[in-house]
Amino acid sequence: MGLAQEYSLGVIRARGLEKRYGDRQVLRRVEFELPRNGFLLVTGPNGSGKTTLLRICAGLAAPTGGELTCDVGRPSIGFLAHEPLVYRELNALENLDLYGRLYRIRERRERIGMLLERFGLWEERHARVASYSRGMLQRLALCRTLLHEPELLVLDEPYSALDDDGAALLDRELAERRATASFVVATHEPDRVLPLATARLALG
Amino acid sequence: MTYFADVGALARKDLMLELRARDTLPAMLLFVLSTLVVFHFVLPSDSSELAAKGLLWVAILFTALLGLSRAFAAEREQGVIDGLVLATRDRSAIWLGKALAILAFLGLAEIVALPAFGLFFTHVGGGTIAGVVLADVGICAVGTLLAAMATASRARELLLPLIFLPLTIPIVIGGVGASVAGHPGKYLAFLALYDAIFGLVAWGSFEYVVTE
Repeated sequence: MGLAQEYSLGVIRARGLEKRYGDRQVLRRVEFELPRNGFLLVTGPNGSGKTTLLRICAGLAAPTGGELTCDVGRPSIGFLAHEPLVYRELNALENLDLYGRLYRIRERRERIGMLLERFGLWEERHARVASYSRGMLQRLALCRTLLHEPELLVLDEPYSALDDDGAALLDRELAERRATASFVVATHEPDRVLPLATARLALG
Repeated sequence: MTYFADVGALARKDLMLELRARDTLPAMLLFVLSTLVVFHFVLPSDSSELAAKGLLWVAILFTALLGLSRAFAAEREQGVIDGLVLATRDRSAIWLGKALAILAFLGLAEIVALPAFGLFFTHVGGGTIAGVVLADVGICAVGTLLAAMATASRARELLLPLIFLPLTIPIVIGGVGASVAGHPGKYLAFLALYDAIFGLVAWGSFEYVVTE
């Protein structure tokens, strides 16, 4: 575990961050500071605590030691998890409409349509998510994550299950948003996002 | 008002899911009807009306438990609860939306169950109906919170009845009292007080239940 970079206007600041599940220490004294519009790349082997760290950054888990402060409000966080976080019995439109209402997005139908078009899911918008392939689910999860134009993007293995076209599309999305959003990205393909990264945190 | 818009969107989503999957309401309907049929044969023909009304409350409670055990099934299986927690301004909207959906399912089950009870046992009076309505509110308020707590546990199927049933003893006392008493007013007031207190506690504590 290492110290990333020091910035004065941090969006996220972690000091001595620890997380323990029972006897198992998952995170041990993690320290970093993510500046506004910074890009923190988190790497490490399986079980090193990448997902746990990202869940803490998103406010979905509490650390058992140390402290993490986040200057971005919860509704301004876009979180991409291992699971797509969508209902299998609903279709893509219904899922995104639910999130659009909760995030109170103006002109949400236009925004949903634009994202589905961009991620190649427009033709499948009325199909139940249960019928989607793993790659389509990941594309839908990306639509959900980007729907409300978050200030902070917390992405856990964003390239997982994406084909070459999907991965190239995600590359473009990340590059486009690089100037307007802050990122915490955990991936086993660090070379893919390394050009965008401003700091790197190696766990484990 | 935006809070209630969130609650409405979440409750509507649960009704839509049930309409598609049909895995909770039909089970509740079948359960409550089959329970009443079994009780009909269990209870001696010369048994009192009081005993029958007690059994009605047993049927209602366990039917609610059946619905509550499925309350967060979709969120658990697909991890959607994380998405909802992030998207809602106030996390209690998730609890209220879910409680309203469960209340609708339980109400629909009772619309079938109460006439069936009248057919098998004895007539259902105004006190009983008012008691059922008030009890439903308390059951759904407390039950939804406990269902969310149990969802986080590996032994969720065991945990939910163990924590739910003791907390519903006051509901049974108030409900049975409202059904059998000549003047059910004090029992109905007791149920309303339970709803108010436990509703507030559940509303205020849901935030902490969904944070790891």
